[in-house]
Amino acid sequence: MTPIQGVFLITAAAILWSAYMVVTRDNLIHSALYLIITLFGVAVLFVLLEAGFLAVVQVLVYIGAIAILMIFAVMLTRGDVDKLEQVSIANSGFVAMISILFFSTLILLMGQWPAFSSTAPELEAGRDTVVELGTALVSPKGYVIPFEVASVLLLAALIGALYVARPQGKGK
Amino acid sequence: MTFWDDPIALIGQWIVDLMVQLNLPTNLIVFISTLVGVIVVASFGLIAVIFLIWLERKVAARFQDRLGPNRAGPYGLLQTLADIIKLITKEDITPAKADKIAFNIAPVLSVVAVLLIWAVIPFAPGWIGTDINVGVLYIAAVGSFGIVSVLMAGWSSNNKYALLGAFRAVAQLISYEVPMLITLLIPVLLARTMGMMGIVEAQSTWFVLLAPLPAFLFLLSSIAEIGRTPFDLLEAESEIVAGFHTEYTGMKFGLFFAGEFLHAFTVGVLTAIFFFGGWRGPFLDQLPWLGVFYLMAKALLGYFIVMWVRSTLPRIRIDHMLAFNWKFLTPLSLALLIVTAILDKAFEGSGSHTIALFAGNVLIFLVSLVALRQVSRRQQAARKPFKKRKVAKAPAAGKAS
Amino acid sequence: MLDNWLFIGIFVAIAAVFPLLPIVLARFLAPYKPNFIKQDTYECGMETVGDSWVQFKVQYYVYALVFLIFDVETVFLYPWAVAFDVLPLFAVLEGVLFILILVGGLLYAWRKGALEWS
Repeated sequence: MTPIQGVFLITAAAILWSAYMVVTRDNLIHSALYLIITLFGVAVLFVLLEAGFLAVVQVLVYIGAIAILMIFAVMLTRGDVDKLEQVSIANSGFVAMISILFFSTLILLMGQWPAFSSTAPELEAGRDTVVELGTALVSPKGYVIPFEVASVLLLAALIGALYVARPQGKGK
Repeated sequence: MTFWDDPIALIGQWIVDLMVQLNLPTNLIVFISTLVGVIVVASFGLIAVIFLIWLERKVAARFQDRLGPNRAGPYGLLQTLADIIKLITKEDITPAKADKIAFNIAPVLSVVAVLLIWAVIPFAPGWIGTDINVGVLYIAAVGSFGIVSVLMAGWSSNNKYALLGAFRAVAQLISYEVPMLITLLIPVLLARTMGMMGIVEAQSTWFVLLAPLPAFLFLLSSIAEIGRTPFDLLEAESEIVAGFHTEYTGMKFGLFFAGEFLHAFTVGVLTAIFFFGGWRGPFLDQLPWLGVFYLMAKALLGYFIVMWVRSTLPRIRIDHMLAFNWKFLTPLSLALLIVTAILDKAFEGSGSHTIALFAGNVLIFLVSLVALRQVSRRQQAARKPFKKRKVAKAPAAGKAS
Repeated sequence: MLDNWLFIGIFVAIAAVFPLLPIVLARFLAPYKPNFIKQDTYECGMETVGDSWVQFKVQYYVYALVFLIFDVETVFLYPWAVAFDVLPLFAVLEGVLFILILVGGLLYAWRKGALEWS
């Protein structure tokens, strides 16, 4: 097993473990902190795929902004003070069986896809993916329309979120 | 190559040859040589802290017309060591209902976040920890770990003042990250690369001449990012006790403290790299490793400016601070980005490139001055005039009480 | 290219070890006598009054939100800036349009009073 495979297995195990902890902790802030570990693990996976830009963007945006937003939201809704009751799922055996069925169906279906069991082609050394990304984002034969639509989407998200979070009762 | 051409590469080659002689597998050789490089770079950062704390205290003292530490060792140089020994031997008190794991991780995470920046600092031509092609965004990303550590510290202390201090600290830190990211975009744009070595190599004219106003804005938002006066509302003793690190004692507090000083120096280093040419200077062809001294000199100049500002300006209130960021710095930096982008493309390759960009900055500076003047005139007109009231008079001198 | 990131990976591990050394040292060198008074929460030298929670202002959430939007916007602009050499002027103007749309968003937030500390 190559070292990269070893690192991948350790990272995948860490991601799965912390994701499990996110959904089973009864203290919401602990869940948020385990979520940060999960997101960091995903960033490590991006590095293993030689997508360094995506890795730093993952840390910068997800951990630096979204995780903090979630922690603020938890504290805003007093989620950190009231402990959640331990939720027990009814018919948990039946539910587990359905999940395993679903998961194995997915794996079987993906196994039919020929690229599933082949290794990705090597990226030539010296190829600058960030420049290619930048060119693709603004070239008319590339993704310029989604690029501009993304900015409109961000604008819509900003306006919507500010509307939802406006102080109650005050005039607009 | 002789020893003086590139000592680091020579030593590295010697270590690799030693391991090849021991017939170690290639992966292990790569791992160990990387490990040695990591330890060298990390130690540099940590040893620098010890010197920097002494420097800070001496300079702050001189600004306040006193001597500063001068008892522990010659010129007080061993003062920091004495402080570290004192902090290690202080009892480590954890509050009763604090969240133990988060409480202990927060100071470590705070120092890790600052140390990680040193992995991508270019010290001299060819000397860099690692030249990843996304160095600039990497620096911003590890800054976000520092923000998470502040929140963890405040929340896990089980102290409402610490929590309140942590909220305010995080609000300040994330607000000032926006103009910092935007002004960081300008050297990236001018150098056409996000790699740190590439940015220094592209500075045949220092970027401070091409973009003086973004340099100033970067310094300003970085001072706010490290929580220094005039933005140190979060830890000033007359404010919310000691802010998010109220409940920390002993070495954990020492780690926060050391992390903050290292961060301040790192800001000086980053300003030097992005705007003042990094390791560039005379005589680099003959002796490439002189770059380290040039970089450190420029960084110490930046650090001195940070300390100077700290000793001179009063503290800004939090609502003024956030209004200043969102209503002044962010629009200004966006305007600068747009103007720099357009001018850089329009004058690409032409001789008047520098003049055009500099003139663009001057123009925006004047426009913003005019805008500020309008705003302040409007605020002054809206202020209610002061009504004269009757002043109590003392009884006449002849009357005895 | 992965060798570069290997450096960062090892650096994270070593950088985590370095601050732990003084703390571990302190565990051996410092006294450890916890008692109830020392472990009590600090509230300006008095006993704590009321619950240990804070009235969380919505304003913090709004600041985090606006920061998120501008963070994502800036992240989109970084590849655009890196590719500047090979972009025609028209592509530069597309990027400027992107920025201007979000300046409009900032203006909206400003006018709606979302940026006030209330």
